[in-house]
Amino acid sequence: MSKLVRFAADILYPVVLIFGLYIVAHGHITPGGGFQGGAVIATGVALVIVAYSYKEVIGWIGKGGLMAREVIGLMGFIGVALFAFLFGMPFFYNYLAGQGGLFGVPVAFGPNPGELNTGGTVPLMNFAVGIEVWGGLSLVILYLLSGLIEKKDQEEEGS
Amino acid sequence: MLWNLPFIAVVVITMIGLVTILLKKNLIKVMLGINILQSAANLFLISLGYREGGIAPIFTLAPSTHMVLPTPQALCLTSIVIGLATSALMLSFAVIIHKKYGTVDLDKIRRLQG
Amino acid sequence: MIPDFIWTNAPALLVAIPLLGAFLCPIIGKISPRARNVWVGGIMLVTAIVALILAYRVFTDGTVLYTFGAAVPGLSIPLDSGGIPIRIIFTVDAMSAFMDIICAIVGFSAILYSLASESRNSGLEMYYTLFLLMVAGVFGMVSTGDFFNFFVFLEILSMASAGIIAYRVDGGVAVEAAIKYFVLSSVGAIFVLFAIGIYYGQYDALNMAMIAYRMQGSSLDMIALVMLVAALAMKCGAVPMHFWTPDAYSMAPSSATAFLVVASQASLYGLFRVLFTFYNLTLNAVTVGWIIIILGILSMVVGVTMAIPQKDVKRLMAYHAVSQTGYMLLGIGVGLAVLGNQPLMESFGYMAMNGGVFHILNHALYKGLLFLTAGAIFYRIGTRNLNKMGGLGHNMKWTMVFFIIGALAIAGIPPLNGFASKLMIYESVFIFNPILAIIAMVVSILTLASFVKVFHSIFMGPKLPEYAEVKEAPLPMLLGMGILASLAVIFGLFPDIVVTTLVSPAVHALTDQAAYIASVLGGA
Repeated sequence: MSKLVRFAADILYPVVLIFGLYIVAHGHITPGGGFQGGAVIATGVALVIVAYSYKEVIGWIGKGGLMAREVIGLMGFIGVALFAFLFGMPFFYNYLAGQGGLFGVPVAFGPNPGELNTGGTVPLMNFAVGIEVWGGLSLVILYLLSGLIEKKDQEEEGS
Repeated sequence: MLWNLPFIAVVVITMIGLVTILLKKNLIKVMLGINILQSAANLFLISLGYREGGIAPIFTLAPSTHMVLPTPQALCLTSIVIGLATSALMLSFAVIIHKKYGTVDLDKIRRLQG
Repeated sequence: MIPDFIWTNAPALLVAIPLLGAFLCPIIGKISPRARNVWVGGIMLVTAIVALILAYRVFTDGTVLYTFGAAVPGLSIPLDSGGIPIRIIFTVDAMSAFMDIICAIVGFSAILYSLASESRNSGLEMYYTLFLLMVAGVFGMVSTGDFFNFFVFLEILSMASAGIIAYRVDGGVAVEAAIKYFVLSSVGAIFVLFAIGIYYGQYDALNMAMIAYRMQGSSLDMIALVMLVAALAMKCGAVPMHFWTPDAYSMAPSSATAFLVVASQASLYGLFRVLFTFYNLTLNAVTVGWIIIILGILSMVVGVTMAIPQKDVKRLMAYHAVSQTGYMLLGIGVGLAVLGNQPLMESFGYMAMNGGVFHILNHALYKGLLFLTAGAIFYRIGTRNLNKMGGLGHNMKWTMVFFIIGALAIAGIPPLNGFASKLMIYESVFIFNPILAIIAMVVSILTLASFVKVFHSIFMGPKLPEYAEVKEAPLPMLLGMGILASLAVIFGLFPDIVVTTLVSPAVHALTDQAAYIASVLGGA
């Protein structure tokens, strides 16, 4: 792509990243959440691939890192749920809600100004899902594009 | 009658999806048919959850507490996520098929017989 | 003896442990193949043990409830919810526990077998990730008490299965089979979702017990029933929606095929759950029962007639799997047709259903065993074509013994397990309608004929020169087959014990709708 597009992608990529993380972080009090935020971040990856070539991007991002993100996200999700067993509670029990501390502020009933520090384990799970979807969707995009690249290479060799 | 409009739309979209899946010979188009069918299911779930005058169930600075139940929306979100995974898997199959067979025409993808 | 922690949390661990194993598998696969094998085998062993503990708990204490995220696992209805179960609840009754046992046994044998059989392939950490996801999917499907949750596990299962069918991408043929399977199961799953929407719109509930409690039998419910029966019958491979079965079963790696049999039986479980727990007597039991019977008879006849001319050994076995699914549908269909008529139920209805449900267990054992033996032969000689085989009995003696056990069991020869369940089906169906019983026996004879032919062309005859150096299958594969074969023999020798301890409680849990509702809603 032209230099203009690359420059715009350079500027937009951090913005998209931060916007995605914002959606992930506010998942428990606004519409949105881990999946939506992760999908937004993955569009950022797609944007960079469109602006630059596939081979350049694969050098920067790397499938290993994305795979690691996927595993970390999934393990985080299961881990947060499994952690409830330490408190002698059932799987997925929300052991942080209303306890004070991290995400532990009790929520007022009815309309409220939206305190970020609430929700217990829900925001943690949102983060885990966000990281997982970031890795997973980006990997999907990369793998699907790899088919395209091979095709192009063959055509170039043939001509 | 007007209230049934979303459900009529659901039936129409379902039919479009089914016809696409059954009659199209292109693998990508069949996949799009599945996506259309998925959208019909989502529309169905969402229209089930609609209540007149209800607002979205978000308590942050809510103007009133007359809200709809978020369950159908949660179902719909889950089904969207599943739909995304379905399309991704189908597309990757299509990529491999195109690589190995050189076509996505379902009439020509017939090496399994018997 | 059993830790309290596992005793209480068994239903959650059933899904959590395979998921944990699946997600960590890519990382552990990076360390070394040996560590990965130990990890996968260990995870599956622990899962199987938890499943057996849970089954023991269910068969001694009755239905086990597990409410995710509640303060107490057994608290299905929160105090401030007005009597409506709102959380995801795992309701493990005797039928679910029965399916859990099947999944645990076959899953463990298949994993043990795959440690040797797949060792020559690359990308194995992804293979085991998909396999463990399938295990989690089956356990979730058969244990859950929430209908939307059922849909989610159904999708997890069909995605993982599609991935594992397409695992051998080299020729592209496996991907073709996977596409066939996946298009069908996606469309089926969307219709399940429509049915969930219909139930939710009418009854404001997703919990299976709550839907069953409020079930009216209105015309919308009948539309939902048609969608569910069509979708789930397709996923379990009944005729006329069976055409994905031979492709998918023959193309998947053999260890995965053995588990795909269990996966399709999980859909069969879903079908029975819908018919008996949701609708029960609000159905026109005779009509729907006959529909199921006709589906079963068609599957039996079409499956076996398509199987006879096959040249590919796994394809042949896949058509036999379609045919055997017919027996289960026949047994359950006869039970459904006389549901509500207590004298007839007592005289043959329960027996037919016992036969059908027992056949699920037996089918998983011997069909899994047969697919594993076919995989062992493929592992050693590299072809599945029956015309190219011959004389393998000289070198692969154990495989031959296991194949004989599996083949005699599927044909219903005493004293193997297939005979026990088929006899129950013949006897009870004969009272209901003699013609159906005769058809079932004829199909059984055709099955025997087909397997005699297969046995002859694989193992008999002189040693072929090209297979002179063929060795016996490796030890883990023999162990995996041995577990299934010995269970097939034991269940065949002592069918009464199995029927009274496992099958009969499962059938009564299935037919007794009120008990299922009461276990979740607390006698409401």
